[in-house]
Amino acid sequence: MNDVKTIFDISGRAMAAQLTRLNTVASNLANANNVSGSMESAYRAIKPVFATKFADNLQQSGIATVDAVQIQEVNRIPEKVYMPEHPQADGEGFIYNAAVNVEEEMVEMLEASRQYQNNIEVVSTLRSLMMRTINMGK
Amino acid sequence: MQGIKEKLGFHATALSLRSRRNEILASNIANAATPNFKARDLDFDTELKKANNIGFISTSNEKHLSNVQRRIGKDTLYRDPLNPSLDGNTVELAVEQMEFSENVMRYQTTLSFLTSKIKGIRSAIKGESS
Repeated sequence: MNDVKTIFDISGRAMAAQLTRLNTVASNLANANNVSGSMESAYRAIKPVFATKFADNLQQSGIATVDAVQIQEVNRIPEKVYMPEHPQADGEGFIYNAAVNVEEEMVEMLEASRQYQNNIEVVSTLRSLMMRTINMGK
Repeated sequence: MQGIKEKLGFHATALSLRSRRNEILASNIANAATPNFKARDLDFDTELKKANNIGFISTSNEKHLSNVQRRIGKDTLYRDPLNPSLDGNTVELAVEQMEFSENVMRYQTTLSFLTSKIKGIRSAIKGESS
Protein backbone atom coordinates (compact mmCIF):
# COMPACT_ATOMS: atom_id res chain seq x y z
CA MET A 1 0.00 0.00 0.00
CA ASN A 2 1.02 3.56 -0.55
CA ASP A 3 2.70 5.69 2.05
CA VAL A 4 0.83 8.04 4.34
CA LYS A 5 2.06 11.61 3.92
CA THR A 6 -0.55 14.29 4.35
CA ILE A 7 -3.73 14.93 6.25
CA PHE A 8 -5.65 13.97 3.10
CA ASP A 9 -4.08 10.51 3.20
CA ILE A 10 -4.84 10.12 6.89
CA SER A 11 -8.48 11.13 6.86
CA GLY A 12 -9.25 10.00 3.32
CA ARG A 13 -8.17 6.46 3.95
CA ALA A 14 -9.88 6.40 7.33
CA MET A 15 -13.08 7.52 5.60
CA ALA A 16 -12.68 4.76 3.00
CA ALA A 17 -12.30 2.24 5.82
CA GLN A 18 -15.40 3.53 7.59
CA LEU A 19 -17.27 3.38 4.29
CA THR A 20 -16.31 -0.27 3.91
CA ARG A 21 -17.69 -0.79 7.38
CA LEU A 22 -20.95 0.94 6.41
CA ASN A 23 -21.15 -1.26 3.31
CA THR A 24 -20.85 -4.42 5.37
CA VAL A 25 -23.54 -3.12 7.73
CA ALA A 26 -25.81 -2.46 4.75
CA SER A 27 -25.17 -5.97 3.38
CA ASN A 28 -25.87 -7.52 6.76
CA LEU A 29 -29.09 -5.57 7.27
CA ALA A 30 -30.27 -6.36 3.74
CA ASN A 31 -29.76 -10.05 4.43
CA ALA A 32 -31.07 -10.01 7.99
CA ASN A 33 -34.33 -11.75 7.11
CA ASN A 34 -32.91 -14.27 4.69
CA VAL A 35 -33.74 -17.88 5.29
CA SER A 36 -31.89 -20.81 3.89
CA GLY A 37 -32.43 -24.53 3.46
CA SER A 38 -29.12 -25.62 4.99
CA MET A 39 -26.74 -24.62 7.77
CA GLU A 40 -23.88 -24.05 5.31
CA SER A 41 -25.68 -21.79 2.88
CA ALA A 42 -27.29 -19.59 5.59
CA TYR A 43 -26.09 -15.99 5.54
CA ARG A 44 -23.58 -15.02 8.22
CA ALA A 45 -22.85 -11.41 9.13
CA ILE A 46 -19.66 -9.97 7.61
CA LYS A 47 -17.34 -7.59 9.45
CA PRO A 48 -14.33 -5.60 8.24
CA VAL A 49 -11.01 -5.99 10.06
CA PHE A 50 -9.30 -2.67 10.71
CA ALA A 51 -5.54 -2.34 10.96
CA THR A 52 -3.44 0.75 11.57
CA LYS A 53 -1.29 1.82 8.64
CA PHE A 54 1.71 3.73 9.94
CA ALA A 55 3.64 6.20 7.83
CA ASP A 56 6.98 4.95 6.51
CA ASN A 57 8.74 7.72 8.42
CA LEU A 58 6.76 7.13 11.60
CA GLN A 59 9.70 8.10 13.82
CA GLN A 60 9.78 11.55 12.27
CA SER A 61 6.14 12.30 11.67
CA GLY A 62 4.21 10.11 14.12
CA ILE A 63 1.25 9.90 11.74
CA ALA A 64 -0.87 6.89 10.93
CA THR A 65 -4.09 6.04 9.16
CA VAL A 66 -6.35 3.01 9.05
CA ASP A 67 -7.17 0.43 6.38
CA ALA A 68 -9.87 -2.21 6.25
CA VAL A 69 -7.45 -5.05 5.53
CA GLN A 70 -9.96 -7.86 5.13
CA ILE A 71 -13.60 -8.76 5.53
CA GLN A 72 -14.52 -11.76 7.61
CA GLU A 73 -17.67 -13.73 8.26
CA VAL A 74 -18.48 -13.88 11.94
CA ASN A 75 -18.43 -17.36 13.40
CA ARG A 76 -22.01 -17.55 14.57
CA ILE A 77 -24.42 -20.44 14.22
CA PRO A 78 -27.57 -19.59 12.22
CA GLU A 79 -30.80 -20.10 14.09
CA LYS A 80 -32.53 -23.38 13.22
CA VAL A 81 -36.31 -23.10 13.09
CA TYR A 82 -38.84 -25.89 12.55
CA MET A 83 -41.13 -24.74 9.77
CA PRO A 84 -42.10 -27.69 7.54
CA GLU A 85 -44.54 -25.66 5.43
CA HIS A 86 -41.78 -23.28 4.30
CA PRO A 87 -40.82 -23.82 0.63
CA GLN A 88 -37.12 -23.80 1.50
CA ALA A 89 -37.34 -26.21 4.42
CA ASP A 90 -34.92 -29.12 4.38
CA GLY A 91 -35.87 -32.81 4.51
CA GLU A 92 -36.57 -32.68 8.26
CA GLY A 93 -38.62 -29.50 7.98
CA PHE A 94 -36.08 -27.01 9.27
CA ILE A 95 -35.09 -23.61 7.89
CA TYR A 96 -32.05 -21.57 8.90
CA ASN A 97 -32.28 -17.86 9.64
CA ALA A 98 -29.42 -15.52 8.72
CA ALA A 99 -26.91 -15.08 11.55
CA VAL A 100 -27.33 -11.31 11.76
CA ASN A 101 -28.03 -9.35 14.91
CA VAL A 102 -29.99 -6.32 13.75
CA GLU A 103 -29.46 -4.25 16.92
CA GLU A 104 -25.74 -4.85 16.77
CA GLU A 105 -25.70 -3.74 13.13
CA MET A 106 -27.61 -0.54 13.95
CA VAL A 107 -25.07 0.35 16.64
CA GLU A 108 -22.27 -0.41 14.20
CA MET A 109 -23.90 1.83 11.60
CA LEU A 110 -24.23 4.75 14.03
CA GLU A 111 -20.63 4.43 15.14
CA ALA A 112 -19.30 4.17 11.60
CA SER A 113 -21.23 7.19 10.38
CA ARG A 114 -20.19 9.22 13.42
CA GLN A 115 -16.55 8.43 12.80
CA TYR A 116 -16.92 9.18 9.11
CA GLN A 117 -18.25 12.61 10.06
CA ASN A 118 -15.37 13.15 12.47
CA ASN A 119 -12.89 12.55 9.68
CA ILE A 120 -14.72 14.91 7.33
CA GLU A 121 -14.67 17.54 10.06
CA VAL A 122 -10.90 17.13 10.53
CA VAL A 123 -10.23 17.45 6.80
CA SER A 124 -12.41 20.51 6.32
CA THR A 125 -10.92 22.24 9.37
CA LEU A 126 -7.35 21.59 8.31
CA ARG A 127 -8.12 22.51 4.72
CA SER A 128 -9.39 25.92 5.76
CA LEU A 129 -6.30 26.32 7.96
CA MET A 130 -4.13 25.56 4.93
CA MET A 131 -5.97 28.15 2.85
CA ARG A 132 -5.42 30.74 5.57
CA THR A 133 -1.78 29.83 5.79
CA ILE A 134 -1.40 30.40 2.05
CA ASN A 135 -2.78 33.89 2.55
CA MET A 136 -0.45 34.60 5.44
CA GLY A 137 0.67 38.22 5.62
CA LYS A 138 -2.15 39.63 3.53
CA MET B 1 17.13 38.60 5.41
CA GLN B 2 18.52 37.17 8.61
CA GLY B 3 16.78 39.95 10.49
CA ILE B 4 13.35 39.15 9.12
CA LYS B 5 13.87 35.45 9.70
CA GLU B 6 14.81 36.08 13.32
CA LYS B 7 11.84 38.32 13.83
CA LEU B 8 9.44 35.67 12.60
CA GLY B 9 11.41 32.74 13.97
CA PHE B 10 9.53 31.97 17.17
CA HIS B 11 6.07 32.04 15.62
CA ALA B 12 7.25 30.17 12.55
CA THR B 13 8.53 27.31 14.73
CA ALA B 14 5.34 27.34 16.76
CA LEU B 15 3.26 27.20 13.57
CA SER B 16 5.08 24.18 12.20
CA LEU B 17 4.84 22.40 15.54
CA ARG B 18 1.10 23.13 15.71
CA SER B 19 0.68 21.79 12.20
CA ARG B 20 2.59 18.62 13.09
CA ARG B 21 0.45 18.16 16.17
CA ASN B 22 -2.68 18.59 14.04
CA GLU B 23 -1.58 15.69 11.85
CA ILE B 24 -0.89 13.48 14.86
CA LEU B 25 -4.29 14.26 16.37
CA ALA B 26 -5.92 13.59 12.99
CA SER B 27 -4.20 10.18 12.99
CA ASN B 28 -5.71 9.47 16.38
CA ILE B 29 -9.19 10.43 15.20
CA ALA B 30 -8.74 8.32 12.06
CA ASN B 31 -7.84 5.31 14.21
CA ALA B 32 -10.70 5.70 16.68
CA ALA B 33 -12.04 2.24 15.77
CA THR B 34 -8.82 0.29 15.25
CA PRO B 35 -8.14 -2.42 17.83
CA ASN B 36 -4.86 -2.05 19.74
CA PHE B 37 -4.10 1.42 18.39
CA LYS B 38 -2.38 3.61 20.97
CA ALA B 39 -3.14 7.32 20.77
CA ARG B 40 -0.11 9.58 20.40
CA ASP B 41 0.50 13.22 21.05
CA LEU B 42 3.22 15.85 21.10
CA ASP B 43 4.16 17.71 24.25
CA PHE B 44 4.02 21.16 22.72
CA ASP B 45 5.79 22.95 25.60
CA THR B 46 8.77 20.62 25.53
CA GLU B 47 9.05 20.72 21.76
CA LEU B 48 8.94 24.51 21.67
CA LYS B 49 11.59 24.72 24.36
CA LYS B 50 13.73 22.31 22.38
CA ALA B 51 13.29 24.43 19.30
CA ASN B 52 14.36 27.53 21.19
CA ASN B 53 17.23 25.86 23.03
CA ILE B 54 15.70 26.45 26.44
CA GLY B 55 16.47 24.10 29.31
CA PHE B 56 19.62 22.61 27.87
CA ILE B 57 23.13 22.61 29.20
CA SER B 58 25.19 24.96 27.10
CA THR B 59 28.41 23.59 25.68
CA SER B 60 31.50 25.46 24.61
CA ASN B 61 33.46 22.56 23.19
CA GLU B 62 32.29 19.87 20.85
CA LYS B 63 33.52 17.18 23.25
CA HIS B 64 31.27 18.43 26.05
CA LEU B 65 28.32 16.25 26.84
CA SER B 66 25.10 17.92 25.92
CA ASN B 67 21.53 17.02 26.62
CA VAL B 68 20.33 18.76 23.50
CA GLN B 69 18.16 16.49 21.44
CA ARG B 70 17.79 18.04 18.05
CA ARG B 71 14.65 16.15 17.33
CA ILE B 72 12.17 18.97 17.29
CA GLY B 73 8.57 17.84 16.88
CA LYS B 74 9.58 14.22 16.50
CA ASP B 75 9.21 12.80 20.00
CA THR B 76 5.64 11.63 20.13
CA LEU B 77 4.39 10.31 23.44
CA TYR B 78 1.55 7.91 24.17
CA ARG B 79 -1.59 9.24 25.72
CA ASP B 80 -2.67 7.93 29.11
CA PRO B 81 -6.33 6.96 28.61
CA LEU B 82 -9.05 7.90 31.08
CA ASN B 83 -11.18 4.86 30.22
CA PRO B 84 -9.16 2.21 28.42
CA SER B 85 -11.34 0.08 26.18
CA LEU B 86 -11.29 -3.70 26.00
CA ASP B 87 -9.95 -3.87 22.45
CA GLY B 88 -6.70 -2.16 23.48
CA ASN B 89 -7.51 1.10 21.71
CA THR B 90 -6.62 4.19 23.75
CA VAL B 91 -8.28 6.80 21.52
CA GLU B 92 -10.99 8.70 23.37
CA LEU B 93 -12.90 10.71 20.82
CA ALA B 94 -14.00 13.42 23.25
CA VAL B 95 -10.42 14.02 24.38
CA GLU B 96 -8.99 13.96 20.87
CA GLN B 97 -11.62 16.31 19.49
CA MET B 98 -11.06 18.77 22.30
CA GLU B 99 -7.30 18.69 21.82
CA PHE B 100 -7.80 19.05 18.09
CA SER B 101 -10.09 22.06 18.33
CA GLU B 102 -7.79 23.71 20.86
CA ASN B 103 -4.81 23.09 18.63
CA VAL B 104 -6.62 24.51 15.60
CA MET B 105 -7.49 27.63 17.57
CA ARG B 106 -3.89 28.07 18.70
CA TYR B 107 -2.69 27.52 15.15
CA GLN B 108 -4.94 30.36 14.01
CA THR B 109 -3.68 32.56 16.83
CA THR B 110 -0.08 31.95 15.80
CA LEU B 111 -1.05 32.58 12.20
CA SER B 112 -2.55 35.96 13.03
CA PHE B 113 0.55 36.89 15.06
CA LEU B 114 2.64 36.08 12.02
CA THR B 115 0.34 38.04 9.75
CA SER B 116 0.53 41.13 11.92
CA LYS B 117 4.31 40.85 12.13
CA ILE B 118 4.57 40.60 8.37
CA LYS B 119 2.28 43.59 8.02
CA GLY B 120 4.49 45.50 10.43
CA ILE B 121 7.64 44.67 8.49
CA ARG B 122 5.96 45.57 5.23
CA SER B 123 4.81 48.96 6.42
CA ALA B 124 8.33 49.59 7.79
CA ILE B 125 9.76 48.78 4.34
CA LYS B 126 7.28 51.03 2.57
CA GLY B 127 7.79 53.79 5.06
CA GLU B 128 4.14 54.68 5.13
CA SER B 129 2.34 55.78 8.20
CA SER B 130 -0.60 53.45 8.56
